[in-house]
Order: sequence, then C-alpha cells, then structure tokens
Amino acid sequence: MGMTLAEKILVRASGRESVAPDEVVVARVDLAMSHENADLVRKSFLEIGRPHVWDPSKIVIIFDHRVPAESERTATTHQAVREFVAAQGIRHFYDVGRGGICHQVLPENGHVRPGMVLVGTDSHTTTHGAFGAFATGIGATEMAGVWTGGTLWFKVPATLRILVEGEFRPWISAKDLILYIIGRLGAAGADYRAVEFDGAAIRRMTVASRMVLANLSMEMGAKVAFTPVDNTLLDWLRARTPEPLEQVAPDPDARYERVLRIDAGEDIWEPQIACPHAVDHVRPLSALGDVPVHQAVLGSCTNGRLEDLAIAARILSGRKVHPRTRLVVIPASQQIYRDAMRLGYLDTLVAAGGMIAPPGCGPCVGVHQGILAAGEACVSSTNRNFIGRMGSKDSQVYLASPAVVAASAVAGKLEHPAAIVKESEPCLVEA
Amino acid sequence: MSPMAGRARVFGDDINTDYIVTSRRKRESLDPEYLRHYLFEEIDPAFAATVAPGDLLVAGANFGCGSAMEVAVTAVLGAGIHAVLARSFSRTYYRNAVNNGLLPVVCDTSAIAEGHRLRLDGALVYNETTGESLPGEPLPAIMLAIVSAGGLVPYFRTRTDFDSVS
Repeated sequence: MGMTLAEKILVRASGRESVAPDEVVVARVDLAMSHENADLVRKSFLEIGRPHVWDPSKIVIIFDHRVPAESERTATTHQAVREFVAAQGIRHFYDVGRGGICHQVLPENGHVRPGMVLVGTDSHTTTHGAFGAFATGIGATEMAGVWTGGTLWFKVPATLRILVEGEFRPWISAKDLILYIIGRLGAAGADYRAVEFDGAAIRRMTVASRMVLANLSMEMGAKVAFTPVDNTLLDWLRARTPEPLEQVAPDPDARYERVLRIDAGEDIWEPQIACPHAVDHVRPLSALGDVPVHQAVLGSCTNGRLEDLAIAARILSGRKVHPRTRLVVIPASQQIYRDAMRLGYLDTLVAAGGMIAPPGCGPCVGVHQGILAAGEACVSSTNRNFIGRMGSKDSQVYLASPAVVAASAVAGKLEHPAAIVKESEPCLVEA
Repeated sequence: MSPMAGRARVFGDDINTDYIVTSRRKRESLDPEYLRHYLFEEIDPAFAATVAPGDLLVAGANFGCGSAMEVAVTAVLGAGIHAVLARSFSRTYYRNAVNNGLLPVVCDTSAIAEGHRLRLDGALVYNETTGESLPGEPLPAIMLAIVSAGGLVPYFRTRTDFDSVS
C-alpha cells in the first residue's frame, strides 16, 4: 500500500517496515534546533545527568527571540548557552549578529534537506516541511531527551492533502492562501495531522512563499506540513549545501484522511485578514470597513524574507508612512538584511519613515522592538494575534500579507495594496 | 498510574497556552511555584485563589493550542493538578504533558460540570457526582511509562534510550 510523505520518512527513521496513523514509533532525529530556550533544554539535560550530548554536529542553536539581549536576565541566559555550546563542541551556533530567525537561518545555511527528521523547540518548526523535512516543534524537556539519545517518540499522523490549482489574483500571496485555508478549517482543523500541499499553484511558488504555507500550518494544529520537493526547491538547496539531496515524494496511491481542493483564482478574491484574537478568525479585507492602525510590522519567520521586503518597498517607494502609524521592519536574517540593503529596499523603507529592527523575532513574541499600548491596533505580517501577544491585553493585532501591511502603513488603516499602487504605475524597485 | 480523585475545574474549547499562563507572566518567571498564582488569570481571575491540590482540569476541544511553551504544563503541575481531561488536546500540549508527568486523558467531557467529583483509574473516568462512567482513550505504553516515571527527565535517568515499542 502506498505511503504519504510523513509515513515514508517515519518508516525509514524508525526502522520499521510500515507505519499507520496513530501508531507510536521511536524515530532517530537528524537535526535538533533550539533558540534561547536551549537554556531550558540545557537544564533538563544536566538533570538527566549525561556528560555529553549524543551528537554535537546534529544540534543547531540560534539566538533570535531576544536579540540583542533586552534584559540582564536574557544576557545571563545567552551567556549560559554560549558556555554550554563551547563545552559540548556544538559548532552550529549562531550568536547575536551571525544569524537571524532560526527558521530562516537553518535552510539558508544548508542545514535542512529533504527526508530529514528535524525537531525544534519552537512551534513554527513546521516551516521546514517546505524543504521536504519531517519537521515539528517539541518541548524543551523532550529536546533534552533528544540531546541524550538522538531519538524521540512520534505518533504517526494522518495526512490532509491540499491541492491548489489556478492563478492567484493581483496582490494575493501565499499568506492570503494559508489564512484562507486556516479560516476554512479552523484552529484545530489539522490538529495532529500532516499536511501535504501540492498542485500547479503551489509548484509555481518561490521557496520563500512555500515556507509561509508550512510555517502557518502550525496555526491549524499541523504536526508537519510539506510542499513538493521539485526542481525549484532542489536548485535552491544546491546553492546552499554540497550534501547529496534526495527527491522524496508521497506514493501516488498514498492514503489520505481528506483531500481539499482549492482554486486560487476562484476561491480567493481579495486579501485575507486574521482578526483579533484568533488566527482562524479570518475575514476578507473588504468585510472589515475602516480599521485605523497605529503600528505596522513587517517581519517574522512567516513573512520577513526578501520577497516580502521587496513588495513592501515597491508599495512604499516615493510614499510616506501615515502620521498616526509606525512601521517596524525586521529582515528575517543577516543575509536578507544585506540583500535588502544591496537592492535598496531598506533605503526605500527608511525614507518612507519605517524603522529597521535587527534580524530576530522582534515584537511578534511581545518582548521588545514595538510593544503595543492599550487601545492600539497593529497590522502585522507575523503569525499570531492572541490577546496580549504583542503587548497590552487591550491591543489588537490583525495578521495580513506583507503587501497589505505596507499599504496599510501608507493609509494609516487597513488598506488594499491596489488602492495605493495603480496598475499603470511603474515599479520603482525590481523584485 | 495510581488512581486519582478530585474536583473538576471546567474550561471550554480552544484554551490556548497564553490563557493558561500569559506570556507576560512567563517573562517574569518560569518557576511553577510563582506561576501557579497566575493560572488562567485572563479568563478566570478567581481560579488561582481557589485551586486546590488534587483538582482535575477539564476542558473541551483543542486544549493547550498556541505556543508550545512548557510552563503551561509545569504551572498546572505546580498547582497540584496531576491530570487534564479534554475532548482533544493540541499536539504540543499533549506531548509536553506526557514529558513532564501530567496525565492527559482524552474523553467526552461535555457532561462534566464545575465542581463535580471525578475518579480516574487508568483511562476510565468515573463521575461520582452524576454516577456516570466515561471511557477515556488509553495512553500508548511508551507514554504511560513516561508519565508514570514523572516525565522524561526521570524516565531517562534510569535508561539510555526509549523502551522498545511493542
């Protein structure tokens, strides 16, 4: 019988001949990623009492949640992790100023390859399904178990297949597609499930856009979410790693729990917005009326990549951020920061009145770099809009595409990019 | 697992980890002894003052969704709660519960009301207030072994790898 991609990877990693949904298997882990919470993992690891981690070459640690350290407490945490990393011989360590957001840094530096089992102590680890990896978020305690023995138990997920055909309408992006899907399926619509995205509209997407789908699938509960391992992806990876790459794919006769078909052009007519205070509280932009915004955030592991900065620069070129609005821009990595600088995007965004924050998670985790006051509303290209997520519990976060974030920054309220940029207007910044 | 009995403390569907412990409190401390005083403060401000050791959490669907933060489990344990019954759990909360020694029980919780006396024996839930028995889903052996050990850290203190899965 045919297998889904999740089943195929787990069969190989567990040494079994077959697996079925809901079975529990113990699988070997190929890559174990942590950010600042490596400090919690470290503490549990020391409690277990082993002198050495199972394989220092398979552990990657990237500081991103609180960079540079915003408090003495964080500075102490960073310090403890630095010392541990040195003592254990963990070479893949991206300190402040060397990396950026973990989910961007991992693939950018060739750590992720198709067919891997990848665990991370961050819920958006699903992002790496865009590279054909069985990639999922785990807790700090179980990461200590991985550091100890290099294996972990997994419940085999059933798979939801999402086929997307058709052409996207102007200004509609991967972000709008995944918000549309989450709105339809709900916050638990893919709970415990693997998701396989496929279809012509997905295969035409850039790798950066595919990462948006895999990343946000977590917000409908997905354990892992794959996009196709095709030549677009393999070419992207070959530019970043000399390691051999495998073209993993589900079997044609794989068994799916459900198949969802979407026509990008017919089903999604306008930008999609996740309204306060739930990611599945999704409405089309035109249904919201006038919503003034005090802050616009462009960044995060969801939408802080070069193509996101490019579209924002195109919309903001020659314009100004609205007087009542602050624009915070956070390139997802040092590499993206440099590319955006070289291509002039950052200059355009700063000239418009935007502020560039250092690569990292920024205000998305509510720590620093753009905390909201009571009564303020924020349009954000990030991934969560729960109560108090970005500051005051009386603030509101609207999740949207980078294009809508940029257009709203100009308008000072939620706005369609087409209302700012006319079709005939020359594109001043080449993407 | 030895049987347990306690008072039901009931919540609804889609209780995310920020509602269990707010990110703001998490920034103040990760100590369960501290955070137990702020459990559910956004959605049930009276909870922390009235929780008693042995209470059992009861919820609807998708309990523990959102961020995978483990304090949403350890703070519950810190309050002396040793089991959560829910119609379903978010996968990260379910894993974190098992790995920290908090027993997750999947069962139909719709007929359980605040204050009901519940008895829990393995996967069987008995509602002493209504006299109703609710069959919960049994935990796979490997998870039961981890919860019974008190979580993954004590589990690994006596082993070098997971017990083979039968």
